[in-house]
Amino acid sequence: MPRRVLNIIESAYRATIEEQDDTIVWLSYMLRDAGAELSVLLRGNAVNYAVSGQDCSGLSFGERRQTQPPRLDSDLVKLMEKGVPVLAVAEDLTERGIDSQDLVGGIKTIARSGVAKLFDSYDLVWHW
Amino acid sequence: MAASKTLTFALMDPPYENARSTTALRLIDCALRRGHNVNVFAYEGGVGLAFAKQAPHPNAMHGRDVAQEDHPNPKDWITALLKEAEQRGTKLDWVQCGMCVDERGAGEAVAGLRRGSPADLWKFAQASDNTLIIPSK
Repeated sequence: MPRRVLNIIESAYRATIEEQDDTIVWLSYMLRDAGAELSVLLRGNAVNYAVSGQDCSGLSFGERRQTQPPRLDSDLVKLMEKGVPVLAVAEDLTERGIDSQDLVGGIKTIARSGVAKLFDSYDLVWHW
Repeated sequence: MAASKTLTFALMDPPYENARSTTALRLIDCALRRGHNVNVFAYEGGVGLAFAKQAPHPNAMHGRDVAQEDHPNPKDWITALLKEAEQRGTKLDWVQCGMCVDERGAGEAVAGLRRGSPADLWKFAQASDNTLIIPSK
C-alpha cells in the first residue's frame, strides 16, 4: 500500500512569474504522474491560487515579453483532473474576502478546526 | 520629461526564489523607460540573476515543450534591459560582486556586465540621486 501524502501549500506567489507556475503545484502534478497518492491543502495566502480568472499577463523587459504567464487557477484544475483532490482552509478564504463562488470548480473547503483530523487520513504530511 | 536622474539598486536575492527580483527588474525597466540612468550592484545570490548558463525547460503540467513554454530566464531579462538602455541612450551599469560570484562558481554572466566589489556600491551611492536596497528576507 503506497503511503498517502498531504501537500500543504502555504508559501504563495514565490517566484511564480519566473517559474510560470507554483513549484509545489507542479511537484504535486509530477508526483501524481509518478504514481503518488496525494492531496493538496491550500492555506494562508496560497488559498488565492484557487481564485478563478487570475491574470498576470503583460510583463515585459525591453523587447522581451512574457508569453506564457502563470495561470495558477487552471493549473489547480489540471491537478484535480489528474486525480489530486485540492482543499482550501475556509477561514483563510474568508479572512481574505474570497467567496466560494470565486473559486475554480472542484475545490473543497475545510474548516481550520478540521485540519488536524485531516492529517490522520495521510501517512505523510508535507508543509511547504 | 523631468531631468534624468541616476538611481542605484542593490539586489541580493537569487533567481527563482521569490518575487522581489522580478519586481526589482520591473523598477529598473521603468526607470530606463523614463530616461533615467541605473546602476545595479548584484550582491550574494543576486549575482545568479545574470548567470549565463540558465536554461529554459518544458512544462509537462502545461503540456508544452520548451519552445511553447517560452520559459523566461532572468539572464534574458537583464540582457533585454541592457538593450533597452542602449536604445534609449541611457546607462545601465550592472556590477557583479566578484567574491559572491566566486563563492557560487557563477562567473559566467551574460555580456554587458562587469565584475566589481563593495567599493563599486559605495561609488554608485555617492554618484546617484538615490539608492534602493532590496535585501533578502
